Amino acid sequence: MSALAKQDNIPANAAAKPAANVVPFSRRPTSRIDLKHIGSIVLRNVVPPMVVLGLILMVWQVLCSSPDASLPSPLVVWQQSYDLIAYPFFNNGSQDIGLGWRVLVSLQRVAYGFGLAAVAGVVVGAIIGQSVWAMRGLDPIFQVLRTVPPLAWLPLSLAAFQNASPSAIFVIFITSIWPVIINTAVGVRNIPQDYRNVAKVLRLNQFEFFFKIMLPSAAPYIFTGLRIGIGLSWLAIVAAEMLTGGVGIGFFIWDAWNSSRLPDIIVALAYIGIVGFALDKLVSALGSIITRGASAN
Amino acid sequence: MNAYLKLDHIDKHFDRGGNRAEVLKDINLIIEKGEFVSIIGHSGCGKSTLLNLIAGLAPVSAGAVLLENREVNSPGPERAVVFQNHSLLPWLSVYENVNLAVSKVFGRAKNKAERHDWVMANLDLVQMAHAKDKRPSEISGGMKQRVGIARALAMEPKILLLDEPFGALDALTRAHLQDAVMEIHARLGNTMVMITHDVDEAVLLSDRIVMMTNGPAARIGEVLDVPIARPRHRIELASDRAYLKCREAVLKFLYERHRFVEAAE
Repeated sequence: MSALAKQDNIPANAAAKPAANVVPFSRRPTSRIDLKHIGSIVLRNVVPPMVVLGLILMVWQVLCSSPDASLPSPLVVWQQSYDLIAYPFFNNGSQDIGLGWRVLVSLQRVAYGFGLAAVAGVVVGAIIGQSVWAMRGLDPIFQVLRTVPPLAWLPLSLAAFQNASPSAIFVIFITSIWPVIINTAVGVRNIPQDYRNVAKVLRLNQFEFFFKIMLPSAAPYIFTGLRIGIGLSWLAIVAAEMLTGGVGIGFFIWDAWNSSRLPDIIVALAYIGIVGFALDKLVSALGSIITRGASAN
Repeated sequence: MNAYLKLDHIDKHFDRGGNRAEVLKDINLIIEKGEFVSIIGHSGCGKSTLLNLIAGLAPVSAGAVLLENREVNSPGPERAVVFQNHSLLPWLSVYENVNLAVSKVFGRAKNKAERHDWVMANLDLVQMAHAKDKRPSEISGGMKQRVGIARALAMEPKILLLDEPFGALDALTRAHLQDAVMEIHARLGNTMVMITHDVDEAVLLSDRIVMMTNGPAARIGEVLDVPIARPRHRIELASDRAYLKCREAVLKFLYERHRFVEAAE
């Protein structure tokens, strides 16, 4: 995208030059909205997936249109679950609420669990990256623990917290913390010796070193870890909610399965996918804003 | 001689798995206040290690580094280093890079406005005030090195240590920066120690040139006085008798008596 913006800026600048005696370096040529530019972005990024989506829906419709098909066709989904698709935020009482609300409840749990995991993961990762002995001691353990599937933690978590909601949050936490720890540790280990020398000559204390050198220098690695982590936590929350109940999107799917509302499940899947996609893009956008310039040397 | 910086019988060796690699052996050197001293030698002779010892970035194995008769064994802003590859923090602007040093060293001594003025004064000194809001990735290699010098000078160091500061620059840029360093040295009268492998650079800038023998266990082979009046101009010096003589002496040392033999062992 940035390459495209540059390409468009160059001719605009060149055209402005002969018109004035003073070369207008400070004038921004993108003051008006460039319809052509936006049009080409839409053409490249939106049209192809739409075409493919249309094709998939068509094939799906053809495959599932026979009366004895075991799964509902897209048209059936549209007709039977229209209220879920069209009104994400209706509220008719405790269990009869729009999917938007359910997603928000799930997102809240993810926010708690993932927020804790992000903070704890960066701190622990920084310690492991800084200390050879902490790495030797902890890294093998983490490598084993990170392969444990999220749901395997749930019974233990329920036993420990005696309550569904903190258990779900704990499962999110324990699922998403490993990539954050491991990536932060790698990032910290890769801080160039030059930056460490600068810190030493300036006599930065541990605290200053952490915020002024370590975090910005390891930021690209940290955000890679966060991005993997948020994906994992979104995977885990749906599974955890299926078992713990409540009002989240995961429980909704389980509930719909128990009352044989297959079209609702399909709508819920679409919601989960879109929200997961949005979360991933959010963290990655945040990362590219914050780490701007950090990797360029 | 007035000892400002004194290197007193310094040895340095690295131990790796029972093997001892001798790098420096019995280094003795006294540097006066305001002196410009170059350390020259073939690559691998341990001259960068010597600078790291003075900076305190590496510990000495034996002997001591004394600054104003006090032993130094950890890094600190009174021995500021200009690193070979500038070592600017890429996520900070030029101003913020210098300001990081200023606010750390003068955080208590100066108020905010004074610190700002001091940052700008040092950027002015290296003629980089115009680029204060640029990031290191947006300026040229020579400019980065100027900012690195400004950052080091902003710490008001007792000794400025330059670790092959112009090694990565093209010849023209290097000449500009050498002139800039000479001017700063003339104006501020800092004590400077520079590592280099460029004979002309050493003769042009230094009051004395310390020539190192080849490693392992490198020593100071010879110390050459450069009896050329300041200010010096590179064009006039090109045919100056004293200059040519010094140049010849260094070249002879490096290429006749202590020729660099690759894979000596």
